[in-house]
This record gives sequence, C-alpha cells and structure tokens, in this order.
Amino acid sequence: MIHLRKLSKYYGELCAVDQVDLDINSGKVLGLLGPNGAGKSTMLRMLTGYFKPTSGSIRVKEFDMAKNTLEIKKMMGYLPESAPLYYNMLVYDYLDFIARMQGLNKSSANSRIHELVNLCKLHEVIHKSVSELSKGYRQRVGLAHAMMGDPEILVLDEPTSGLDPNQIVEIREIIKEIGKEKTIIFSSHILSEVEATCDRIIIIHHGKIVADGDAEALKGGASQENTINMSLKNAKFNDVEKNIRDIDSVVDVKKDGNINNGVLKIMVSYKKHPGIMEHMYKKIKQQDWILLEFYQETKTLEKIFRELTMEA
Amino acid sequence: MNQTMNIFCKEFKDYFITPIAYIVISIFLLITGWFFFSTFFLYSQATLRGFFALLPFTFAFVIPAVTMKLFSEEFSAGSYEILFTLPVTHTNIIMGKFLAGTAFIIAMLIPTLAYPVAISFIGELDWGTVIGGYAGAIFLGAGYTAIGLFSSSLTRNQIIAFIIGASICFFLTLVGKMLFFLPENILGIAQYLSTGFHFQNISKGIIDGRNIVYFLSLIFIALYATWLVIDEK
Repeated sequence: MIHLRKLSKYYGELCAVDQVDLDINSGKVLGLLGPNGAGKSTMLRMLTGYFKPTSGSIRVKEFDMAKNTLEIKKMMGYLPESAPLYYNMLVYDYLDFIARMQGLNKSSANSRIHELVNLCKLHEVIHKSVSELSKGYRQRVGLAHAMMGDPEILVLDEPTSGLDPNQIVEIREIIKEIGKEKTIIFSSHILSEVEATCDRIIIIHHGKIVADGDAEALKGGASQENTINMSLKNAKFNDVEKNIRDIDSVVDVKKDGNINNGVLKIMVSYKKHPGIMEHMYKKIKQQDWILLEFYQETKTLEKIFRELTMEA
Repeated sequence: MNQTMNIFCKEFKDYFITPIAYIVISIFLLITGWFFFSTFFLYSQATLRGFFALLPFTFAFVIPAVTMKLFSEEFSAGSYEILFTLPVTHTNIIMGKFLAGTAFIIAMLIPTLAYPVAISFIGELDWGTVIGGYAGAIFLGAGYTAIGLFSSSLTRNQIIAFIIGASICFFLTLVGKMLFFLPENILGIAQYLSTGFHFQNISKGIIDGRNIVYFLSLIFIALYATWLVIDEK
C-alpha cells in the first residue's frame, strides 16, 4: 500500500534519513523504533507530506507524493509529536474545524465528532479550551483529530510519550482497537509498547533500517548466540569452566561478578543446539556442586535494540 | 475554495477570541481620532482629507501588528504541522489567512464611519471622496496585509515578523514623501512605488485603473513571495 524508494532527507550536511526502501501493507500495525534522533519523526513527516524528501520517492496506492500530495493527505490521519494543537480554541471548535477541513458537512461533522468523543473519552473536556488540557487529554484530542476523516492510514508520532502508565494503557487500547481495520504506523522508543501492539517492528538507527520483522523474528534473528545463566555453590570457577567447555557448541564460559557468600555465578554462551541444557545439567550433577539457579536467558527486545543501536 | 473559506472563518474568529483584536482596534481609533479631530476644526472644512492623509502611516504599524501572528504563531506552537498535513494546498492556506487579515482591517475601519456621518451634520460633505477614500483604504489595507503575511511567514518570532512587516510598509509609505531627497532620474519610479501616491489618487474620488493595478500587483507579489517561502519550508 505504501512504498518508499531510496528515501533520503538531509538537514544541511546532516543526514536524517538515508536511502530507505520500505513497503508497508494495508491493515497492519507498524512500529517504528529507534533512539532519539534516529530519523523516526523525519520519516513520518515525509510520509505525511509535511517535509519534502531530499531524494527518493513515496507512493501511496497509485498516488505519487510529489504529484498527488492532496490525494495522499486525504487518505492519512496524522498526530504529530506532542500534539501541537491550536491552543486558543475550544476542543469542540477545534474538532469542528478539523471536520470541516476534512470535507464533512455540518450534520456529518456533528455525528463524527460525537463518535470520536466516545471513542477517545473526551466528554469531560469537550467545552474546555485546548490550552487548559492535560497532556493526556491533549494527546487524545490529537488522536480524535487524526481519525476525523476516517483515514485509511493513521500515522502517530510517539503517541504515548509523556503520559502516565494509565493513560499509556488507554491510548494503546485505542490504537489496538483501530488497528483491527486500519493501517497504523507509529513511532516510539518504548519497546514493551511496540511489542504489545505491533504486527511488524522496524528499528531505525542513523536514518537506516537496521531490523525489520515481527517481535519473534527480531528476537530470534538478531544474533545466533544464546546464554544460560547459573548459580553454583561449592564450586571453583576453573573447575566449572573445564567441565562445561567440554560440551559441544559451548562458545564461552564467563564469571558473572565475584563470588558472593560462596555462590558463583556463571554465564555460558552457546550456539543453538537441541538438548544442550540436559547435557549441561548432567555434567553439573556429576560434581558435588550445589545448583541454585539454572535458566536460559530469553532475549528481550531491549537487548536486541541495544545490540543494534549501541555505538561501537 | 471551500478550504479557503474554512481557514478564513477560523482565522477571523481567532482574532476576536483573544483580546488583541479589541486592543488593536481601540488603539487605531484613538490615534486616528485624536490626530484627525485635533486639527479638524482649524480648517473649518467638512472633509475627511486629514483622516485619509494619515491612514498610510497608521496602517503601516497597525497592520503588521494584526498580521504578525498569522504564520509566526503557528510555526512557534508547531500547529503548522497540523494545518499542513490536512488536505489543503498552500494557496488555500495563504488566501484564507490573507482574506481573514483583510476582513479584520475592514472591521477595524467600520467604526470610523462615525466620522463622515457626524461631519455630514455640521457641513456639506462630499460623499464621493468619502467612498473613494474607503475604497482606497481597503486596497491599502489589503496590500499591507499581504506584506504583513509575507513577513510573518519568514520567522517564528512574532516581534521580528512585526518589525520586518512595519519596515516594508513604512518604506513604501515614506518613499513618496521623500522625493525631495532623491536624484531626478529615479523620481518617477520612487513615486510609482509609493503606496501613499496611489492611495491619495483613489481617495480623491478618482478611481483610476493604474492605481488599482498597482495595489493588485502589490498584493499578488507579496502573496506569491509568501507562497515561495511556505513551499520551501
């Protein structure tokens, strides 16, 4: 549905987005992840027609962004970062203005506003001035704004930033609800949120896509090495290392911190291999060590994210 | 067209939501009223000439104050990102804002209609010059609004927008009054550039095509420059 080809954006010398190729299918929730300054917002801004790309092309369905900007804008609803609304308007007037701009007439504007007020739970603030709203409400008004024209594509730039945990859950619920029918693209640097809501995750770093896939694929694919952690009593590191090293496909055995109350903590890295845990357990059993802990470290998205975006 | 109207309505309403509109209108009426009537009775003539002679100067600083927020405020608050990602063209946005500014100037002139009405009771007033004067005032106001809109599109800082706008407007107002200091070969150009010259011609009650063309081209150039600036952003 959306096709980006060799998309780049430079701010003077600084390259914010670097030759990105990306295809987005309809009906999916896509999460854009990346550290601050990775180029997430710039990419979304180009996608919504706010910025002109330095080079490359954006196609949405049969339309080209450079030529048919207006048609593409009609298909899109956009919530910019930190929801910069018109502060001196009342919430109702603001939504009414947006409805008119989306081409709704008076009666359909009214019923649409009514629907969105219900969906985004805006009853309490509908007659307040936008400037008096709390951050959470402002974000929800922004969300209502983005959905006003019943767009096929919803682009949300950090929709949950600065919200408290309850508000985050509420916004996330709304996103999930809409995501059943629409294409949603949203950026975030909260990993758990992306993991919980997205069908597809893209990690951007220095303007380039460094990972692309669903949460499971990313967890498996980032690197082939896995880790087992164990805590042992009555054991010396040298003995443990000698014993465990013998096992096939073990790559490395490391001490994790110092011995504390006679407990030795060990990290074993190994290449994927069936039955390795049984093997290791049998080895340990042959000694007179006391096994206190024995677990495989599951790779979190946090870890993958750090691996991919940490500076070398 | 519809989108232009929507933006026009929003911007025009916006003026009256905040107290700025009322303050600007009050100051405008105070200044024009004071300068006009303080000398009015000395001449003992039933004419609005004094009022219209002063108008290019008062407009040159009042109008940039009215228009300075049109783009600058949106840039600094970030709301421009919202406006720009709605299904509108740049032309819709610029025309909507320009018409709202011009409509506000007209609204500001309406209370001054009390002057000709009051004067017509005490003497023989030539209504032809009054109508010409107001028509000229609207052209002049629209021209300065376009300049103010342009200067507002240059910066996110409203004060800077005001200073740039007022400078251009004052230059165009004064260039016709300083002909005395200019070399002879550019006199014609300087006079033609001057808003005061064209405004005075219209306000004499003689509506000449050339003066109208001048104001229309002034508006067009300023709005086109605005379009170029916005398109670059």
